[in-house]
Amino acid sequence: MTDTARLLHSRSFVELGARQRARAMLDPGSFRELLGPFDRLMSPWLPRQGIVPQADDGVVIAKGLLSGRNAVVAAIEGGFQGGSMGEVGGAKIAGALELAIEDNRNGIPTCAVLLLETGGVRLQEANLGLAAIAEIQAAIVELRAWQPVVGLVAGSVGCFGGMSIAAGLCSHLLVTREARLGLNGPQVIEQEAGIGEYDAKDRPLIWSLTGGEQRHASGLVDACVADDIEALRERLLQLLDEPSTDRAGQDAWFLERLARLGDGCPQLDAAAVRDHYQGEAK
Amino acid sequence: MNRALNWLPGLAGGQASPGYPASLRVIDGELDNRLARFIAVVPDADNPFPRARSGEVGLLEGWGLAKAVSEAVEADRHGQKRAIVAVIDVPSQAYGRREEALGIHQALAAAVQAYAQARLAGHPVIGLLVGKAMSGAFLAHGYQAQRLIALDDAGVMVHAMGKAAAARITLRSVEQLEALAAEVPPMAYDLASYASLGLLWRRLTVDNAETPSSADIAQVRACLADAVRDIGSSSDLSSRLAGEHRSASRQVREQLRRQWQGA
Repeated sequence: MTDTARLLHSRSFVELGARQRARAMLDPGSFRELLGPFDRLMSPWLPRQGIVPQADDGVVIAKGLLSGRNAVVAAIEGGFQGGSMGEVGGAKIAGALELAIEDNRNGIPTCAVLLLETGGVRLQEANLGLAAIAEIQAAIVELRAWQPVVGLVAGSVGCFGGMSIAAGLCSHLLVTREARLGLNGPQVIEQEAGIGEYDAKDRPLIWSLTGGEQRHASGLVDACVADDIEALRERLLQLLDEPSTDRAGQDAWFLERLARLGDGCPQLDAAAVRDHYQGEAK
Repeated sequence: MNRALNWLPGLAGGQASPGYPASLRVIDGELDNRLARFIAVVPDADNPFPRARSGEVGLLEGWGLAKAVSEAVEADRHGQKRAIVAVIDVPSQAYGRREEALGIHQALAAAVQAYAQARLAGHPVIGLLVGKAMSGAFLAHGYQAQRLIALDDAGVMVHAMGKAAAARITLRSVEQLEALAAEVPPMAYDLASYASLGLLWRRLTVDNAETPSSADIAQVRACLADAVRDIGSSSDLSSRLAGEHRSASRQVREQLRRQWQGA
């Protein structure tokens, strides 16, 4: 196929909403949503603050099949409150992963896929969002011992805050070049550390350090794929069959690498980070 | 002053183990007649990462916590599982360019994973809040514990973000944020509101939360020992779900379970 023909046939994943994304990843016809919008489990906290809640609280949970294997998909809707994790949405993800763990324990192998578009804790539900994220993290670690948990950050919101830590716990992490992955959002760093440390308006700098391609080139994610539904699904299915690098278990390697930076770590540009982290096997 | 530094020697009673970043204190002591590893993140004025010099949890701290916890799990693989006590006064995660560039999210994930795996392996893991327990720093250091114990003191605070930054991100003034926090328990910055969420196992009143007396130390150690016994063989976080202001968390799980089985 010529490049033009390929472009014409390509279907963007980034442009899809959470529900369409979950459907697009699962085997055709296998998508079954749980706690959908008609169950109307909404945030009890947003209306008190003059904010209109959403009937699914911005999280879509679906059971289905991935190349024939049992799977649960949790998809965060980046378009609702920045994909932030509140009590209900957080409990939906944690609860779904907990049920997958139970199924595995009962001899029903079930893997999980997390479609992450989130700024982290929903500040309007602060401590309940934080608690829910701790429970999501606990469930990822436990489920991983049974079956793969694959995180996908497609963009355009990216994955930040406590949920970036959750991403770091996944068996495998897949991104596109539209994705960003980092703990602290640029505005928060600028607020806390000053504009000299991090200029939230300096988009080239921010993307160069936290964008999907950079994270892949630095070995902090497993794969970076073009924004194309078929390409993403294909790579996702491959990752399910690959062993996890257990990145979060590589403390010895990372501590040794960080020690090489010396007593006063300089500011690093993207190329320096790639050089520092790539090359030798973890 | 970092409160964990003041509490740790009395609680743990031993020498700090070598081999960790200077911003970590790891002491093996005993608790309820079993070995116990006490861990704190503390200020280090010479931290190679300038944004992590005041007790924040940054790159070295995340990976170092992972090391401290996973080494204990490995050492006890075939024997009695030592208790692991996170002594918590962490003002925040480290906010900086170096941190983002080098993947601080992955460092904190390492700490989370180590604590969670310790719990799943049968270690009693306890989070003791003696000061601030903020956001990502708390996720990485303590929030994976089976039991959370907090000193009942105005200096003990759990939150997702400091007030100034939270106001900026939610497009409010600090005054507006404070007014809402007074009415919405999960947004509040005080410990009583946090306790109403049901995430704490115990709140303890002590004479001096900053500089503990020997009676304070004895009281907290007795409570930690109670926690070890209460944990027994449980290895999950389910004890956190009973709170007055967590009914939605329970309802979601109940309905999800019903639909899961039919789907």
